[in-house]
Amino acid sequence: MSTQELTYLFVGLSFALYIGIAFWSRARSTTDFYVAGKGVNPVANGMATAADWMSAASFISMAGLIAFMGKDGSVYLMGWTGGYVLLALLLAPYLRKFGQFTVPDFIGTRYYSRTARLVAVLCLIFVSFTYVAGQMRGVGIVFSRFLEVDINQGVVIGMIIVFFYAVLGGMKGITYTQVAQYCVLIFAYLVPAIFISILMTGNPIPQLGFGDTLIDSPTYLLDKLDQVTQELGFSAYTENIKSNIDIFCITAALMFGTAGLPHVIVRFFTVPKVSDARKSAGYALVFIALLYTTAPAVGAFARVNFIDSVQDTKYVDAPSWFKNWEDIGLISWNDKNDDGIIRYEAGNAFSDGRPKFIDEHGKSGERMTANISDTSNQNEVYIDRDIMVLANPEIANLPGWVIALVAAGGLAAALSTAAGLLLVISAAISHDLMRKTFKPDITDKQELFYARLAAAFAIFIAGLFGIYPPGFVAQVVAFAFGLAAATIFPAIFLGIFSKTINKEGAISGMLAGLIFTFSYISYFKFINPSFNQEENWFFGISPEGIGFLGMILNFFTAIIVSRFYLPPPPEVKQMVETIRLP
Amino acid sequence: MEKSAFKAYWKANIKILISLLIIWFLASFGFGILWSDELDQIQIGGFKLGFWFAQQGSIYIFVVLIFLYVHLMDKLDQKYKKQISKELNRE
Repeated sequence: MSTQELTYLFVGLSFALYIGIAFWSRARSTTDFYVAGKGVNPVANGMATAADWMSAASFISMAGLIAFMGKDGSVYLMGWTGGYVLLALLLAPYLRKFGQFTVPDFIGTRYYSRTARLVAVLCLIFVSFTYVAGQMRGVGIVFSRFLEVDINQGVVIGMIIVFFYAVLGGMKGITYTQVAQYCVLIFAYLVPAIFISILMTGNPIPQLGFGDTLIDSPTYLLDKLDQVTQELGFSAYTENIKSNIDIFCITAALMFGTAGLPHVIVRFFTVPKVSDARKSAGYALVFIALLYTTAPAVGAFARVNFIDSVQDTKYVDAPSWFKNWEDIGLISWNDKNDDGIIRYEAGNAFSDGRPKFIDEHGKSGERMTANISDTSNQNEVYIDRDIMVLANPEIANLPGWVIALVAAGGLAAALSTAAGLLLVISAAISHDLMRKTFKPDITDKQELFYARLAAAFAIFIAGLFGIYPPGFVAQVVAFAFGLAAATIFPAIFLGIFSKTINKEGAISGMLAGLIFTFSYISYFKFINPSFNQEENWFFGISPEGIGFLGMILNFFTAIIVSRFYLPPPPEVKQMVETIRLP
Repeated sequence: MEKSAFKAYWKANIKILISLLIIWFLASFGFGILWSDELDQIQIGGFKLGFWFAQQGSIYIFVVLIFLYVHLMDKLDQKYKKQISKELNRE
């Protein structure tokens, strides 16, 4: 069978599996729909959490980012795993003990205030939609490259699948589908990594392989990478480029943001007992770590392979993957010196960003662009970092079924995260806005209907994001984590560990964190992007890391403001004592 | 003596949290970022140590930390469960 047929087969089989599971475990009550009946085994919940968490960004983009960022890429590795320690130790067990359905539920109850609940809903919807947009782009890329359907059709197919199991199954359906999706995605990630590790270093464990020597020489792989990157004018792969304070703050913002992400927190509402919530966080991190410790190895392998197979090759002899990705528009070659040879080194191929292709071909047959050539350097290659993981098996010449597997894995990662996010959005609308705020007299059955309606609506919006992708998807990721860190995390943390923080304190804290973080990121990303340079940053902290300062501001504001108003009523103090009990 | 078992339980819990979070901080922000360049002077196999902590070691330590926490808390829960439920019944 050809790679194409294999891909159809693998993707088709995995989709059939997801729908089958969703049908078998469909939701019958709101408890089923929101928290899977609170009966999920902690290991299964750990897997589901891992699939929920590992999105298209983790599966498709992260290793590519690391491949080009080198040691600076560590911010993602530490940031997106370290948050689970905070979650397990500081939030998950207490929220499970609290025993309601949603994150705004906790904030609204603990701070005895509708306003607090609404502020939480606002942050939640913003954070979750930001995220969904990224997933849909991932679905689009995989479909267009591997199944050769139009990106828009791909998004619609993805929407229908998610619609089926999210609307029908609710949290229960999603949880068991995610268990299956985890298995698909981790298998799809590890198989090519192991293959490539054996090919390059002879070591079958990628985590050790990228610290090993190359198979045909006594040089360590990382040493070679350092040497090659420096020769091409980049800084050494294993050294930082960003300043320490910026790396510190980005890592912290990602960690606290992770711990404050509603779709992750809500997973710990689904297990039967408090002790299970702790265990579940541990299992989740084991399953996540399996991919996250492999990713830096994949990144290093991909960078070496990419340079080896492209550098100083004639375009007409370039490998087929190079041209396939060029066809989709994610690679471009700008033959600056007109010699027909691909030259790759530090610097931009174009001085005006992404390639804008025109319907013409150059002398060697390459796709021409309307971009302005960047003459300050000799680099001729534009490459979108998102393609490294997907292209890796082709770059390393792996068999067709591995490539098909990676396509199915990428879809599993994107769909599982999209479903989890859509559920959080729908619960926020049907439960927090309808039931708890505007229409308190609806029955359980009506609420379930609204939840399904909200999920369907959210899928529709997410699909629109996929078909008309806002150009700012990559930029707004800083928003999602920054805002979660600056608003939701402190509110929950203080709600558990302090009995004196009152509603005035919590609301002003959340608003202070929200406004500060939002304005800082908007200023540098949208209002004045040319100003987005280290010398203009506050204390040298980039917009990606500012959520950490926003969080500190939230803490101070909440503590200080609380002193000027009445302490929380006795029943709230009682509630805090109860959630602290074993 | 009201709720003394509960207070002792909460105090012990906070102590566990603080000690584990110190390790969490050292493994990531400490070895992976702040002192990473100094640790890079030491090389084990093909890995510079600071680089290894930033891209591998910190993650392994995180996993161990959570399971350590699960274990310590289960023990603590066992120790105080009876006393606390007695106190609650007395109310």
